Amino acid sequence: MKRILIPIAALLAATFAFAQDGAVTIGVSIPAATHGWTGGVNWWAERTEADLEGRYPNLNIVINSAGSASEQANDLQDMVAIDQIDALVILPFESDPLTDPVAQVADQGVFVTVVDRGLIDPTIRDVYVAGNNPQMGRVSCEYISERLNGEGNIVVLRGIPTVIDNQRVEGCMEVLEETDIEVLAMEYANWNRDDGFEVMQDFLSRFDDIDAVWAQDDDIAVGVIAALEQAGRSDEMFIVGGAGMKEMIKRVMDGDDLVPVDVLYPPSMIATAMEVTALAFVSDVPVLGEYILDATLITEENAERYYFPDAAF
Amino acid sequence: MTTPPDATATARPKRRIPWQTLTPLLGLVALVIVGSLMNPAFLSSTNIFNVLTRSAFIGIIAVGSTFVIIAGGIDLSVGSMAAFLAGAMILFMNAMLATGLPPLAVLGLGIVFALLLGLAAGTFNGMTITRGRIEPFIVTLGTLGIFRSLVTYLADGGTISLDFALRNVARPIYYGSFLGVPWPIWIFAIVAGVGALVLHRTRFGRYVFAIGSNEDVARYSAIRVQRIKTLTYVIQGFAVALAVIIYVPRLGSASGSTGVLWELEAIAAVIIGGTALKGGSGHVWGTIVGAILLSTIGNVLNLTDVISNYLNQAVQGVIIILAVLLQRGRSR
Repeated sequence: MKRILIPIAALLAATFAFAQDGAVTIGVSIPAATHGWTGGVNWWAERTEADLEGRYPNLNIVINSAGSASEQANDLQDMVAIDQIDALVILPFESDPLTDPVAQVADQGVFVTVVDRGLIDPTIRDVYVAGNNPQMGRVSCEYISERLNGEGNIVVLRGIPTVIDNQRVEGCMEVLEETDIEVLAMEYANWNRDDGFEVMQDFLSRFDDIDAVWAQDDDIAVGVIAALEQAGRSDEMFIVGGAGMKEMIKRVMDGDDLVPVDVLYPPSMIATAMEVTALAFVSDVPVLGEYILDATLITEENAERYYFPDAAF
Repeated sequence: MTTPPDATATARPKRRIPWQTLTPLLGLVALVIVGSLMNPAFLSSTNIFNVLTRSAFIGIIAVGSTFVIIAGGIDLSVGSMAAFLAGAMILFMNAMLATGLPPLAVLGLGIVFALLLGLAAGTFNGMTITRGRIEPFIVTLGTLGIFRSLVTYLADGGTISLDFALRNVARPIYYGSFLGVPWPIWIFAIVAGVGALVLHRTRFGRYVFAIGSNEDVARYSAIRVQRIKTLTYVIQGFAVALAVIIYVPRLGSASGSTGVLWELEAIAAVIIGGTALKGGSGHVWGTIVGAILLSTIGNVLNLTDVISNYLNQAVQGVIIILAVLLQRGRSR
């Protein structure tokens, strides 16, 4: 009996000591940097880690980036078992497959903050931080329709076939339905520069009269710009991208005619989520709830506020 | 681009070979007819040059893959290697520019750097496979991951961008043209020509075929199997470097998403072109046709609304299978 009791007592004492010195571990699980936007998420997560750990000495942050949904589910198990996290900040790879793994983490009494892609069961999370995809589509196409006075021809380059992409496109189409703007064609460019370049090349050989391009994403927009320059048609149209890549914001700031605006869908939302989660442990301010970040229209006037020259994205 | 296959094929005595050469070409011709019926813009010179220029990346890489596959090997790392070489080349050129060298000299150094690094990467793959006696599938699957992570690491998770001063100097490599034909197409043609010459007209080329058909027999025939096999991976690395040299000037950037799945496209181009995946037989001209066929499919799909966007990859899959089916049916 004694042999069993002593380890248990020791374990209890250890747990107590752990709780007493108030150390809090926050696990951050994000997708690996496979394209510009997720690269930005990684950069902001690391920057915020250093920031928070400097500000709150009893805070310990663990960041894991995963290459796939199943890898991310494994990361969650490791975080609970090895790092013994008190809070989890997760930007799920995909909503459906990660709902159960996150629910299991929450069952252990871990504080859960979900970022960007919501889980199917919203009751699992304590905090939800996200950009506004339908609004992003709406804001983009409201600008396009305003600039074109409600009539003209546009082409649309879509992202990767996902809920995010669908919501953006639906948001845009709602706006365009009210106008006489014709969408000549839509193709997937997979949030990728090379695909953006090739799809735009083909749009240019297919259509002689294009007034605007909705590229939806700044990586795609980089490819579109190169295709327009190659064809010598940069002065015929303008491009509306999205996300907030520093090179694009710079162009907006400089009053570039080709890229007059950008629509914010900030990778720094991971920083917002980490800050809010930390607040739940270091202060008494109420934090539970949903935080939906605006898809702000970045124009020449306000661009400076969103320009981070040393960011990765 | 379309006449040389006949020329090489008829120059060889065997009667079976013209069919093998011609079937992928017939597939391409069929696709071109479909494309031009769907949209007249398809046959515009701009569009044709666009498609050929695009196919240059995969095409040049696939010429290298033809050597590797005929010798009975496989290289899965080429897409990641391309991304890594592109990233390293850009960082190297930016660093050189910072030392105050004139941009044109920096570009020259960058090209040499990329070629050397490509040779080194290929040598690493080849030596690990032959000296380490490890299956090429495993070695190159390993280096696929290594090269991919290295570029993400070099890019700090973001994108590596070429300095603006260099971009203007480098641009003509991709966007410039000679006698009205864009440079990438010339480079593609030269690589194809030299590749065909080496594979089909030299002793080295015959050894490559011999090893692919039967490695043991080749060894008993006093062929230095390990050396020849290693060399095929070195050629592959060199081909990837050449592709990177025309890729970098296009958008002036590289990231973790550069060249994703290029390895499968390159292998597909080789197989569509009539080379046997198990090695021992094949030819460079088929590979060229295969590469052009692949980028034509994407182009035709972009030029039409007939097929739902969601089905693009299904169409590509069907055409790839059909192209190979047609050819296997004929050759038997």
